[in-house]
Amino acid sequence: MAIDSKVVAQVAHLARLKVDEADSAALSDRLNDILAMVDQLQQADVADVAPMAHPLDVTQPLREDEVSEPNVRDKALDIAPAAEDGCFLVPRVIE
Amino acid sequence: MHNKTLTELKAGLAAGDFSSRELTEHFLARIQQHDGELNSFITVTAEQALAQADAADAALAAGNGGLLTGLPIAHKDIFCTEGVRTSCGSKMLDSFIAPYTATVVEKMAAEGAVMLGKTNMDEFAMGSSNETSYYGPVKNPWDLERVPGGSSGGAAACLGARLAPGATGTDTGGSIRQPAALNNITGLKPTYGRVSRWGMIAFASSLDQAGPMAQSAEDCALMLQAMAGHDHRDSTSLNEKVDDYLGALKDDINGLTIGIPEEFFPDTLDGAIADNSREAIRELEKLGARVVSVSLPSVKLSVPAYYVIAPAEASSNLSRFDGVRFGHRCDDPKDLEDLYKRSRSEGFGDEVKRRILVGAYALSAGYYDAYYRRAQQVRRLIRDDFARAFEKVDVLMGPTAPETAFKLGAKKDDPVSMYMADVFTIGVNLAGLPALSMPTGFIKGLPTGTQIIGNYFREGQILNVAHKYQQATDWHKQAPVFGGEQ
Repeated sequence: MAIDSKVVAQVAHLARLKVDEADSAALSDRLNDILAMVDQLQQADVADVAPMAHPLDVTQPLREDEVSEPNVRDKALDIAPAAEDGCFLVPRVIE
Repeated sequence: MHNKTLTELKAGLAAGDFSSRELTEHFLARIQQHDGELNSFITVTAEQALAQADAADAALAAGNGGLLTGLPIAHKDIFCTEGVRTSCGSKMLDSFIAPYTATVVEKMAAEGAVMLGKTNMDEFAMGSSNETSYYGPVKNPWDLERVPGGSSGGAAACLGARLAPGATGTDTGGSIRQPAALNNITGLKPTYGRVSRWGMIAFASSLDQAGPMAQSAEDCALMLQAMAGHDHRDSTSLNEKVDDYLGALKDDINGLTIGIPEEFFPDTLDGAIADNSREAIRELEKLGARVVSVSLPSVKLSVPAYYVIAPAEASSNLSRFDGVRFGHRCDDPKDLEDLYKRSRSEGFGDEVKRRILVGAYALSAGYYDAYYRRAQQVRRLIRDDFARAFEKVDVLMGPTAPETAFKLGAKKDDPVSMYMADVFTIGVNLAGLPALSMPTGFIKGLPTGTQIIGNYFREGQILNVAHKYQQATDWHKQAPVFGGEQ
């Protein structure tokens, strides 16, 4: 399951990252090094082992369905790179 | 003054030997004088610190002191601090002024702590050398050509150099313990869920945990007392009673059973590293502890399991950095996709991008079962290994890191070799257990550390074991000759 430049391009798109072609080969090598190390996992006998998603098997706490957070719209927009009329500003999406 | 522990400084404040303002000015002056060489701080908050110090002096005079009143503390730049830049070591957040304050910072401030500033760290806590920081590497105060470890490298280096008497850190795979070992300080990663993650910028949410770093276990106990506790704003924070950690330091360790996992002393381990930890264990035997050998056979798969699970969680967590809501945004995006891709590619450094890509790959269609599901299964095997060991022993011990501080740049282009710096610490995060690293001697002038791992919520016990060791030895009191003074 070696990673090549084509796989890098696909995964980079999934992750919304831009990878320059000049860097792609070196990046593939590094990712293959990491996956080769990770492949040690194939040694483990995991038959009938339930995946563990979380260190403590706790149940999610429940609370009353009531408003607990104040409206912080202006505070949130203050740290946005671009905002207008109480909204985040992005390039035109619909032509 | 700067070689005193938090506990000693607290006594000095109470006795009126000095004021919090004098103490704070002293540490701010040391930072000003020495941090140019070390680079352990990203932001120094001198003005706020002095205001907090004056408030602390007023509280002390009125007899209203809390646990930490007047004590200067440095916070890792992963904790949000309202009105102060919170960069997480990344260009992505270089201009991010947090709009709210993390629970850890808030709780410590409520107990009277004075914030000196925000410490340098590997970008988004991804690294074991502090070389991935956008703000440049931190230097190790024991040898300025070497790394301080990471990711809480700024915290560990400023403590080692005595530029601050206490600091917060976070530990996802060893990021408190490994730099603690490399800088001759004490650091504790609590049980997963013991300390609130609210306001702590997420890397791998099922592994991240904040903890105290200081000169001694006693100081860590004092800090943890203020940091720990349930927080309704973090759904993974546990509603368990907070123990009396300082009280636990009075317990007897006679009859304590220490397990030595053979996997923590592999044949390939540097003999001098093994010797220092074995010597520390012998010291505890003299104090009445009993030692038995145990085996954690699946723990050898900790690093591979971690490098699937942590990047998978990171790729999801870091998807929030989209160039729209906060953080870096590229210039002149031609459309929304270009905005996302260029903002993220410009904002993230190489190691962060690598981990996002590994995570996205491991979670993608066709690879999920082979990587992510299998890693989670191995994670359970690792946890079960620890659980079996804790049926027989009270604590587990071994070296914190397989080597002393390495040279800057030595592993920079070899991620897998860098990942092995955490070979002894990562299993603890996968299992969610608490563990501490304490100084246990030197090799060629460089510090080494030994790890004490406890069962869930036994922070008091492992702090006590370290405290007993530190009462009998003085490794933790050694400070580097730095800036021409001891």
